Amino acid sequence: MAESTTTPATTPTTTPTTTAPVATDVPVEFDVTDEQRELRAAVRRFCAEQSDEAAVRRHMESEVGYDPAVWARLGGELGVLGLAVPEELGGAGAGLVEQAIVVEELGAALLCGPVLGTIGLALPALVAATPGPLRDELVPSLVDGTRTAALAAPEHAGLFDGHAITVGAVHAGDGWELTGVVNQVVDAPGADLLLVAASGPEGVALFAVPAAIEQVEVEPLTTLDLTRRQGTVRLREAPARLLAGADEIDGVLGHAFYVGSALLAAEQVGGAQHMLDATVAHARERLQFGRPIGSFQAVKHRLADMLVQVEHARSTAQHAAWALQSGADDPFLATSIAQATCSDAYYRVAADAIQLHGGIGFTWEHRAHLYYKRAVTDAALLGGAEIHRDRIAAAVLDHVVATPGVPPVADGRPAPS
Amino acid sequence: MTDADGRCTGGPLSTGADAERVQEAARAVVAEHDPRRVAAPEFLGACFDAGLSWVHFPEGLGGLGVSRGLQAVADAVLQGAGGPVPFWLNPIGYGMAAPTISEHARSPELARGWLRPLATTEDIWCQLFSEPGAGSDLAGLATSAVRDGDSWVVNGQKVWTSLAHRARWGLLLARSDPDQPKHRGLTYFVLDMTAPGVRTRPLRQMTGQAEFNEVFLDDARIPDEHRLGAVGDGWRVAMTTLMNERSAIGAGSAERGSGTIGDALSLWADRPHRRTPVLRDRLAGLWARAEAQRLTAARARRTATAGSPGPEGSVSKLVAAELNQDVYEFCMDLLGPEGTLYGSYEVRREGGRDADWRGAVQQRFLRSRANTIEGGTSEVLRNILGERVLGLPGEPRTDSGPWKEVPRG
Repeated sequence: MAESTTTPATTPTTTPTTTAPVATDVPVEFDVTDEQRELRAAVRRFCAEQSDEAAVRRHMESEVGYDPAVWARLGGELGVLGLAVPEELGGAGAGLVEQAIVVEELGAALLCGPVLGTIGLALPALVAATPGPLRDELVPSLVDGTRTAALAAPEHAGLFDGHAITVGAVHAGDGWELTGVVNQVVDAPGADLLLVAASGPEGVALFAVPAAIEQVEVEPLTTLDLTRRQGTVRLREAPARLLAGADEIDGVLGHAFYVGSALLAAEQVGGAQHMLDATVAHARERLQFGRPIGSFQAVKHRLADMLVQVEHARSTAQHAAWALQSGADDPFLATSIAQATCSDAYYRVAADAIQLHGGIGFTWEHRAHLYYKRAVTDAALLGGAEIHRDRIAAAVLDHVVATPGVPPVADGRPAPS
Repeated sequence: MTDADGRCTGGPLSTGADAERVQEAARAVVAEHDPRRVAAPEFLGACFDAGLSWVHFPEGLGGLGVSRGLQAVADAVLQGAGGPVPFWLNPIGYGMAAPTISEHARSPELARGWLRPLATTEDIWCQLFSEPGAGSDLAGLATSAVRDGDSWVVNGQKVWTSLAHRARWGLLLARSDPDQPKHRGLTYFVLDMTAPGVRTRPLRQMTGQAEFNEVFLDDARIPDEHRLGAVGDGWRVAMTTLMNERSAIGAGSAERGSGTIGDALSLWADRPHRRTPVLRDRLAGLWARAEAQRLTAARARRTATAGSPGPEGSVSKLVAAELNQDVYEFCMDLLGPEGTLYGSYEVRREGGRDADWRGAVQQRFLRSRANTIEGGTSEVLRNILGERVLGLPGEPRTDSGPWKEVPRG
């Protein structure tokens, strides 16, 4: 991957996206810069070499679930794990839009690794936490990919749920000790660091716990999607350090779940686009009744609908990342629009991909089921489409009051002349 | 892509000097012909003479020969001073006829003779393309044009012609050579709608109104100089017209919660006693789809500005049409028994795009059934997305021989 070292993402201190000669050229939503194109191409090349289908299947069946060396190259050589992390913390300081491009490509390749746990949730939580030596110590190794992290905090509808805490925290000397069980922590197996929300004497707070100590047990779970691992985290008087106190945890985890939702949407776009492309290719080559099946309108129209869904998903996912980066839109709505759209789109496209592949699409051998299972999982994580539509309804429908501008409704009586 | 008036934007980059020139010309027109005092035709005539009707057209033909993106600069001044939006007054004329005429008229004198009264809206224009036997398959049309000395004799029937009853001129596509394959035997004309043999009849639609017409052509004569483009080259000329039509559709609304979804939101707010959890779920889903559509249209505009139109634009018309129907179905379900009442089925002929013409919610609901048919059916649009965007193969064809041998129903 020698050429990748020449991309902007690998040289964060000199990249135009950070030194920003943009004073005269204010970025506009949906603009695509040359730097972004190069970034996408570099990640795509890397994935083609390091995360082809054979590699995905190998990691799927391995114990850890991913290749730590590949992950470290993503962080070190390509420098694409901390694009939204400020430079002073060791990140590239490019922005969430750039990070979303990377996650989209990783999703398209189904790259195995702690994408959601580390890039999506743990790093944004750390970035949002109060500056301090603990944060300065933890962030760089996550950015360079030498260590990984998972977030063990309860969530409902893609938002932090402080009422569902299952871990207790007590003072122990200069630090803290955590005890409790957290179910279904994404990317916990293999993680070096756990960020754990726990209830202590001063309220709910966020703590950092090293995973490789005897007071911590991570039990790997068999997941529907073998490319995205989950584990049950058991803490028994585990030594912990305080990262965010009761007064800041809502802000810290609020930010983390917003960013996680936006990046998950980007991943869904990547997977859906890949499935659409693969199915179009199949429909052009597969012959039945003496002609390519893509020439039949029943097949063609389903593919056209898949295209519409992918395009809608792309627009909403980009908007969510842009909204969080620029502050141009309400993050609550922007992430819900993206999640409601992208969760449906990826699931629908992956399901239709299996249908249009016919029998081969139902085999273990074909990769369609890998994407389908990722689509199911992505839709369920951080709130599914229905939960996000409910969030939208709560925001835009439940408290509206009548205002002028109601369209006329005919009452069946002659109009006054 | 187009701006709100259906004009194409983008094109070659403009210079600051051009922008200044356009702005100055517009300010001069406004100063000399205050649109709040003079009648619309006079004002629009002054705009034409100043080259501000279509700034990218040649000088003398209502343009200044500058980038079409600068139309927005002109419109900002002209409409900012209270000038009318000409597209609304003469939609087919401004949106489709003008670009076709400027590109294909046989002489600048002819073009100018048509364009100035078009621009002033003294001459309304209509489009005579669809036929009872040629809807989605436009190139299969049967109206015949037979050469007779210096003129052509036209026979046939056109349908779905909006504004035909008010139009002075019509854009006509007719078959001049039935022995050629269907796309090659067509010729494009400008038809005098007041000529003998041209008869217009209102076509009443399911809303009760008559937005459209049928036009019957019985030995109508067209001078050869009113032909646009070469004999047999009508399909290519028609593409100029249709590209300008397609680009005018599906532009999408710019504001969140505006447009069609705004009707549903307003009704929802206005009738709390009609709300149910299931309707709430439906409306939230429609709202999210409207947002995805709005953002996709915004992305398409941005991509088009950057030079390469992507699939986002092709997606817009398809989605907008189906979303419109779903939104008004929701509105009717929200209204319940109230929705079973109607304003009036009395035939109304006044065309136009104002809110009054759209009528009450019940009428908008009925009107939305046409959205997935007009301007390209959803079935044809899905073929276009499949074949032109995704590169899928077409259906095997049975209509490639001479047109007269193609089966017709």
